[in-house]
Amino acid sequence: MKTRVPENRARNMVRTAADHLATGLAILATVLVVMPLVAIFFYLIYKGASSLNLAFFTQIPKPEGEVGGGMANAIVGSGVLLGVASLLGIPVGIGAGIFLAEFGRGTRLANAIRFTADVLNGVPSIVMGIAAYSLVVVPMHHYSAFAGGVALSIMMIPTVTRTTEEMLLMVPHSVREAALGLGVPNWRSVLSITLRTASPGVITGCMLAFARVAGETAPLLFTALGNQFWSVSLNREIAALPLQIYIYAISPYDDQHRLAWAGALVLIVLIVLAVSLVRYVASRGILKGAS
Amino acid sequence: MGVGIEVTNLNAWYGANHTLQDINLPIPANHATALIGPSGCGKSTFVRCLNRMHETNPIAKVTGSVRIGEIDIYADASPVEVRRRVGMVFQRPNPFPTMSIYDNVASGLKLNGYSNRRSLDEIVERSLKHAALWDEVKDDLKKKSGASLSGGQQQRMCIARALAVDPEVLLMDEPASALDPVSTSKIEDLIFQLKSQYTIVIVTHNMQQAARVAEKTGFFLNGRMVEFDSTHKIFTNPSDKRTEDYITGRFG
Repeated sequence: MKTRVPENRARNMVRTAADHLATGLAILATVLVVMPLVAIFFYLIYKGASSLNLAFFTQIPKPEGEVGGGMANAIVGSGVLLGVASLLGIPVGIGAGIFLAEFGRGTRLANAIRFTADVLNGVPSIVMGIAAYSLVVVPMHHYSAFAGGVALSIMMIPTVTRTTEEMLLMVPHSVREAALGLGVPNWRSVLSITLRTASPGVITGCMLAFARVAGETAPLLFTALGNQFWSVSLNREIAALPLQIYIYAISPYDDQHRLAWAGALVLIVLIVLAVSLVRYVASRGILKGAS
Repeated sequence: MGVGIEVTNLNAWYGANHTLQDINLPIPANHATALIGPSGCGKSTFVRCLNRMHETNPIAKVTGSVRIGEIDIYADASPVEVRRRVGMVFQRPNPFPTMSIYDNVASGLKLNGYSNRRSLDEIVERSLKHAALWDEVKDDLKKKSGASLSGGQQQRMCIARALAVDPEVLLMDEPASALDPVSTSKIEDLIFQLKSQYTIVIVTHNMQQAARVAEKTGFFLNGRMVEFDSTHKIFTNPSDKRTEDYITGRFG
């Protein structure tokens, strides 16, 4: 049999070129995705790092017009708000996700809940603030950290619910059968086997929701309100990093502008740290070699 | 110890599909019984009816009676109780991927609220020895994930997991079909040893396997049981023409 070398060589060259082209486009796309993040991060460092000092982390804001001061109360306040939001939003979200994937699959109720969650995901954050205002602030007659936490938790629920559902559905049917075949009751199998198998994905979903609401300003405007003084009480208005950044960014003073940049930098770093910490702790619970 | 199984007028459906029709079958205690037949003949559905796994599919339905020992599993017991007495090994190894080898084997007990550590250790060791896996895994029981073992080891771990809850009956749905020949022969040796203590029902596509491990063999075709007899008789002198055609490779 005669081989037709020249023709094959030409075809190979086309293939190699197409391969390089596809690889190049994929790399280009990756760079385009990462570039905004890197650009924002370096710009924040450029603008904000010079204002970072011990006072920033230990002092509360100075009165209008005075130079210096820090955002200690806002950092702690954000922590309190996010803690409340996570405690309320994550259990509800995971519970709803379990219902959608395990117990209500195919039912009208499940379809209604899934649709609601998707709509809720698209509701503007300022509307969440108004909702929490009328649900919590009005009955309590005053602004509070609790109201802010509720507003943020409502924003977390749809993300947590939908990722939990998706991750549970990815657990192979054979794993559920293994549990049922051992005489494990269905509810126990769902909690101890299916949810546990899906836990890395569920945790990622929770962290996505957490990171998303950590930077929210609008839902806090008329719930947590903000506070220029120390407060960790759930029953009183509380400071938050995004709120403090907002207040400083629209102020007329250069020093406060610099503090706003520093606040933004701290906010991003804290979010990255919190997410990394949770992932690290969670990954230690999973054995090596697990798929 | 194993107990015998008495199946009477068993019918099963998936939706409108009548997958099992009027099955009557006595399965002897402390023996291995093989079920053979072409794909889709209902043998897997049949074993899934013996531990009420069939009904976990929402469109499935079943009628008739299955007595395991003294208990009619469809009248006298809940599915959860039945499955604790009737262990199952599936076609593909299905370890719990996030659990260590130890936790995989102990899972049936732990998830049913059993938590005595000392006796758990003993049960895990005994079950792994029974499944001929102990020597290969004893050094990293709690360090390694069950999913990190090879396919054949995973399947033996799944057998150990089923044995750990001390069932009376062990159902095996093509336990070696996803395994290489060496692993397959290990599983077969295992069945040979286990059948003195458990009643074993094994579904297989491999007729040599049925001949090697089982005293009794049933031949299924199109949802009916065509013939049930001693394995020797089925393979040397079947009474039904269809059985003969199948085992001589004329169809299926």
